[in-house]
Amino acid sequence: MTAGAGPDLATASGVAGVRGWSPQRMWSVAGAVVLVACVWGFYAWDGAQTTAVLGGTVRAATLLVLGAMCGMIGERSGIVNIGIEGQFLMSAFTAFTVASMSGSLFLGVVAGVSTGLAMGWMLAAMSVGLRTDQIIAGTVLNIAALGLTSFFYDRGRSLGQPKYQSIELGPLADLPVVGTALFNRPPLTYLALVLVVVLHVLLLRSVWGMRTTAIGEHPGAAATVGIDVIRLRYWNVTLAGGLAGLGGAYLALESVGTFTRAMSGGRGFLALAVMIFGRRTPLGAYAAALFFGFTTALQGQFQLNDTFDIPAQFVGMLPFVVTIIVVAAAGLFGRMRDPAALGQPYEVR
Amino acid sequence: MASVVLGLLLGAVLIAVQGHSVSSAYSALVLGGAGDADALLRTLQKATPLVFGGLAVAFAFKAGLFNIGGQGQLLVGAAFAAGVGFGLEGVPLVVHLPLALLVGAAAGAAWGAIAGVLKATSGAHEVIVTIMLNFVAGNLTDWLAANPWQDRSGSNIIARTPLVQPSAEIPTWGWLPAGFVLAVIAAFACWFILERTTYGFEVRSVGANRHAARYAGISVGCIMASTMAVAGLLAGLGGAIESLGVDGRFEAGVNVGLGFEGITIALLARTNPIAVIPAGLLVGLMEAGAAKMQFESGVAPEIIDVIQALILLFVAAPLIVRWLLRLRDRPDAPDRRLTLGAGWGR
Repeated sequence: MTAGAGPDLATASGVAGVRGWSPQRMWSVAGAVVLVACVWGFYAWDGAQTTAVLGGTVRAATLLVLGAMCGMIGERSGIVNIGIEGQFLMSAFTAFTVASMSGSLFLGVVAGVSTGLAMGWMLAAMSVGLRTDQIIAGTVLNIAALGLTSFFYDRGRSLGQPKYQSIELGPLADLPVVGTALFNRPPLTYLALVLVVVLHVLLLRSVWGMRTTAIGEHPGAAATVGIDVIRLRYWNVTLAGGLAGLGGAYLALESVGTFTRAMSGGRGFLALAVMIFGRRTPLGAYAAALFFGFTTALQGQFQLNDTFDIPAQFVGMLPFVVTIIVVAAAGLFGRMRDPAALGQPYEVR
Repeated sequence: MASVVLGLLLGAVLIAVQGHSVSSAYSALVLGGAGDADALLRTLQKATPLVFGGLAVAFAFKAGLFNIGGQGQLLVGAAFAAGVGFGLEGVPLVVHLPLALLVGAAAGAAWGAIAGVLKATSGAHEVIVTIMLNFVAGNLTDWLAANPWQDRSGSNIIARTPLVQPSAEIPTWGWLPAGFVLAVIAAFACWFILERTTYGFEVRSVGANRHAARYAGISVGCIMASTMAVAGLLAGLGGAIESLGVDGRFEAGVNVGLGFEGITIALLARTNPIAVIPAGLLVGLMEAGAAKMQFESGVAPEIIDVIQALILLFVAAPLIVRWLLRLRDRPDAPDRRLTLGAGWGR
């Protein structure tokens, strides 16, 4: 397990166990300490702006980590999901439409999650049931989502009510530095945070998590000990779709408050980078998502005040250039290994 | 073929459900795409970047690499070709036009090569790197079009370059744009390289089994890097032709999404370079005819995206088609299932 950068993760990696400190873990913790120190320093220097950047960081990270968790459950089961972009878009569309027609944000979220589940089931049916090439199955979802949402998009429709508002978590919200960023958030962000922790424990500690890893590494061996590979892959990919569906609902009803054509804007793909970056663990992915969210928030902040004379486009490149450098560097220092059966359809013999 | 027919049939159902006339919609679609010389020209112009984008994806597939970076490669190709196109003055056409195309292709190749070299040296996923490079290319070309290369004539505030010089314009012969001819030549060249040269054999070996290729003495890293460069070159050329032959300039945000359609085209063509031509023509025709369809029958042009997805689904999952058409399984039939190699193309 890796704990990457991000202030709130220093504690998380401590909880997971202090025994057996690998060099990797030492570097992670050292990095986290330096980061916390930096954030604290900036907070002392300019509290308002630091709070704004941290808030933006968490806001952008929520969508990414939901998508990354959707991708990681699939990949740990041996199914590549490049259809997260389509799952986001489709469920954002239904969440928005249902919330707008019914006047209830909650029903919108239910619709979004249901759509995500349905998209997940379609991916499972194509890649597990019909043994279609998984990259193609995901591409089908993406193109279908873009086409369907554009086709049925009603330009005049509005949400007709305010989007999800922030809820203060009592005295926690008054904490310095992280108070506003973490504990004065709208409801779906809290839900996502809880899901990150719960899924992390489930994936790495529970029987279900072990079985999921088994069918992704060696489905044949898993089948010989009595695991129904096809069935578990179906369930996992379908349920994972629900996470992306929640992401779509978050995007439409909490982050933006409306639906626009192609509003997912490549973040489904970015979630894949986050997943790989976070080594297919939820906490790792959240650290990676925070990092991406941070660069996004920084970019927004740079554009608001003209402290630095850098063209907006170059600031906009920053997260992507950094990702390329980090992915390349991570490859140089110890390669990451994919689940062994990733991308290969399983046939019962 | 069955996939295309089924896709169109289901599309017809959607149109009928919306309460429009299917026959008038489809006839308008075809007339708008091939009804007269203008329509044909539009179709061929639309098909050109699709063919190049499809080749960029298909070529990389042969080496087991998934190139989602067609978008970025196309953008840098389009921007740099336009830069040479308007920047050079007083150069004869025989020098200027090839030079502009070459610079666009080289920019695309360099962009593609970044992902290939990183994959070869550090094992960085080409999927991640190419997606990131798409965003970087978008920002870079936006900046080029908004700052150093912006059209300052009159009161223009749009982020776009000036029009390219007449000596860098790609000619159009009647209904036939010269760019489409280049696309067809490129498709046949890809086929020839892949099927008839030693290099192509090495590319396909790396795609079929990387480890076996290494044991056979093929430099897998070199093949992956050069394959991505060739893929980028193709996409960049498509972008260059778009700038020099269709738009006449580079404008920020105009070509967005064009590079992603290459994935659809490559899959429709089952990654066969020659089949990329009809696949590009089919999608090009639908895109060219969509406006007329909307005008005459009121069907939203986005229906063609839905139809594309359906066709792709049927191409990808032959089992559904067999079931729908009640074809019996023939045990001796070759496995026509389309695969791109192992997952992420490890």
